[in-house]
Amino acid sequence: MKSRTPIVLTLLATLVALVVAGCGGSSDEKGGGDSAGSSGDAKTELSLVAYSTPQVVYDEIIPDFAKTAEGRGVGFKTSYGASGDQSRAVEAGQKADVVTFSTEPDMTRLVDAGLVNADWNSGDNRGLVTTSVVSFIVRRGNPKGIRTWADLLRDGVKVLTPNPFTSGAAKWNILAAYGQAARGGSDPQAGLDYVRELITRHVQVQDRSGREALQTFVSGDADVLLSYEYEATTAQKKGEDVDFVTPDDTIKINIDIATTRDAPAQARSFLDYVLSEPAQERFADWGYRPVNQTVLDANRDRFPIPSGLFTIEDLGGWSRVNDEMFDVEKGSIAKIEEEAGVSTAK
Amino acid sequence: MLGLGVATLWLSIIVLLPLAAVVVRSTDGGFSTFWDAVSSRQAVSALRFTLLVSLLTAAVNAAFGTLIAWVLVRDRFRGKRIVNALIDLPFALPTIVAGLTLLTLYGPRSPFGIDVAYTQFAVLLALLFVTLPFVIRAVQPVLIELDREMEQAALSLGANNRTVFRRIVLPNLVPAILSGAALAFARAVGEFGSIVLISGNIPFRTQVSSVYIFKQIESDAPISAAATSTVLLLVSLLVLVGIRGLGRWGARHDR
Amino acid sequence: MTVSRPWRIALRVIGLGYLAALLLVPVAVIFYRTFEHGIGAVWDSITTPAAISAFTLTLEVTAIAVPLNTIFGIVMAMQLARGRFRGKTLLNALIDLPFAISPVVIGLALVLVYGLNGWFGRSLADAGIQVIFSTPGIVLATIFVSLPFVVREVTPVLKEVGDEQEQAAATLGANAWQSFWRITLPSIRWGVAYGVVLSVARSIGEFGAVSVVSGKISGETETLTLLVEKRFSNFDLAGAYAASALLAVIALVTLLAMTMIKPRREEEEH
Repeated sequence: MKSRTPIVLTLLATLVALVVAGCGGSSDEKGGGDSAGSSGDAKTELSLVAYSTPQVVYDEIIPDFAKTAEGRGVGFKTSYGASGDQSRAVEAGQKADVVTFSTEPDMTRLVDAGLVNADWNSGDNRGLVTTSVVSFIVRRGNPKGIRTWADLLRDGVKVLTPNPFTSGAAKWNILAAYGQAARGGSDPQAGLDYVRELITRHVQVQDRSGREALQTFVSGDADVLLSYEYEATTAQKKGEDVDFVTPDDTIKINIDIATTRDAPAQARSFLDYVLSEPAQERFADWGYRPVNQTVLDANRDRFPIPSGLFTIEDLGGWSRVNDEMFDVEKGSIAKIEEEAGVSTAK
Repeated sequence: MLGLGVATLWLSIIVLLPLAAVVVRSTDGGFSTFWDAVSSRQAVSALRFTLLVSLLTAAVNAAFGTLIAWVLVRDRFRGKRIVNALIDLPFALPTIVAGLTLLTLYGPRSPFGIDVAYTQFAVLLALLFVTLPFVIRAVQPVLIELDREMEQAALSLGANNRTVFRRIVLPNLVPAILSGAALAFARAVGEFGSIVLISGNIPFRTQVSSVYIFKQIESDAPISAAATSTVLLLVSLLVLVGIRGLGRWGARHDR
Repeated sequence: MTVSRPWRIALRVIGLGYLAALLLVPVAVIFYRTFEHGIGAVWDSITTPAAISAFTLTLEVTAIAVPLNTIFGIVMAMQLARGRFRGKTLLNALIDLPFAISPVVIGLALVLVYGLNGWFGRSLADAGIQVIFSTPGIVLATIFVSLPFVVREVTPVLKEVGDEQEQAAATLGANAWQSFWRITLPSIRWGVAYGVVLSVARSIGEFGAVSVVSGKISGETETLTLLVEKRFSNFDLAGAYAASALLAVIALVTLLAMTMIKPRREEEEH
């Protein structure tokens, strides 16, 4: 027998040593301290479970809140991910005090599970934290001159949108495309025809999420990305070469926020702070349309109201739309996807 | 037999119990719901593509893997040890990193101008990467042990190289090649991380079963997701039992 | 079989060319992308509090999962190599299942058992134990995916070694425990080490299953691979590459360990 010290033990000892030595916080800012405040002298810890994109904004709002009287001593645990994933996680037991999602069914799921009060959308803000509209993100300078929905169907125009069955953002995109062609829901057939044409002839890749689609757009050769208006602002702020065009006919996107039923009182103060002027200013900076009237009025020129703006209610509301269009087996969009598959499968 | 009991219990708690939950969940809506879920056109198409591309992956890596194993065993060149060590890299590299890397290299911003992203070939490429070591590592030891005297004898009796390879070398390697290829196949069927970024998730074209399951979960169709998972599980189990059969057929096979 | 020189070189070129296109170039690209903005930026982005905590969590999970699987692996390998019992073929196949199962399915399965609406979720919650969306869930997922490695590496070694020495020890009055520590373990230790290294690599690198059960709470349940994904989707491509490079370095260290262990393991087999 050679050496009696098994290498296994050495490896394990190293690991344990590393683990013991390690410690961490939640901030992912370079050279930054523990600004998101997950530790320290915090008395209460709030769990914010959010869909993925507004992380950049909450990373600013949370430290701001900590400086207010209500926010003193309140620590935060944050979790960002796909809206549906996050909602399902909360339903399956992930701790959450404040939740914010990009589509209403994700909130409804928690209401049905008894985790969020049914009157979550009865306040002045009607459950909204911000709004947005579906826009066309294009290459800098808009070389293809994309202005209207009809432009998307021109020969050779490549359009990107994530898969509507995995991405909340993509549902909004499809609803916008459908709604403008259906003239706000009065002519469903025209709407579906437009969506069919768009998906079968112009959409090649269907990424899993809005952010993946944006990355694909930035690194790829598509001409247009259907996305939230604020995604263009975020991309620009992060140094990407993109512009955006808001078509006259588009859908208003509602971003919902609520506190959970068992959340501590501080959750409510945080929610109030998020809706207050300073926080809403932060949202406006990142291209989110504020719901606070004062902030909205101050930024009116940045957020013009498209002439043909319609809402999800115009199309019959979420539960109807989900059943008729996005049911994974029988929905009209699932059928269109099937047809698209048949024509391109060979 | 206390050891066997404890070990089996551990296996049951960690692996079998969760998988049982998936199978049970898939039958929640009765058999017809199960059947509808697994026989929907998209599910079938995804499964067919998964199996075909995995089969192709196994075949390509069986050929190249055998060739590389031969080069590593019989050839002599500088840096062979480093190459030999690098073979296991796909086992060590996280799949998400692999996917990101392959997308950088063979995607729209490829430094070589090779853009295969969002095609079926891209899926094949990702699978070739993650399953590369299996065949090489299965064939290598067999090749090392292979009796060279037999080859010499055949050669001195006038057989040419091709005959020696076909009659002596290959038959000895076949069990190892097959079991390596089968493991590669099994791994390819379940692969997710390296594929999601590069496949573009195009239904009926580049959507593989594991991505399809992901989509079912996202669409709030957990029963259908569980049903597809059950089918995938069965395929894996069949392949793995098959490998064991191979194992007994090839006498020196161990892995 | 004596292959002529031109043929040998041709095969070498094909083989190494395939490896280069598939392995070497991609890995080189990660490092190139990572360091194209200088080493300082890389250092900064792998030392943010979130990155450090992700790194720590990854190691913690590995430090729990790997020893458990090592014990399981040795026990199971001894049964598979020495024992004779019904259903051995099936058991063998079941052990390999984690290799073959899609990580998405693993995540789904764990939620179905331990999630709030799962089989044990409610009773666990009543007892104040949170499994899913917390470290235990990540540990369970990691144990699941790295389960087969030690078994698979140790079983062939045990078969080769045989049990003559153990029987001799038994006749000399050693009990099972002594015989295991003094004879069996030393003779398989490189096989065990090799399996451990593979398990460590797999544990650190798991993404799919962990992403389902983690809850992605920044600074708490976010592992390194999840951090890569989060940065990728938050326009921090440089940061994503930096974290990837860190993972790649871990992978290379693993390879180094494997290369060092391998010859000794092969000695064991003979």
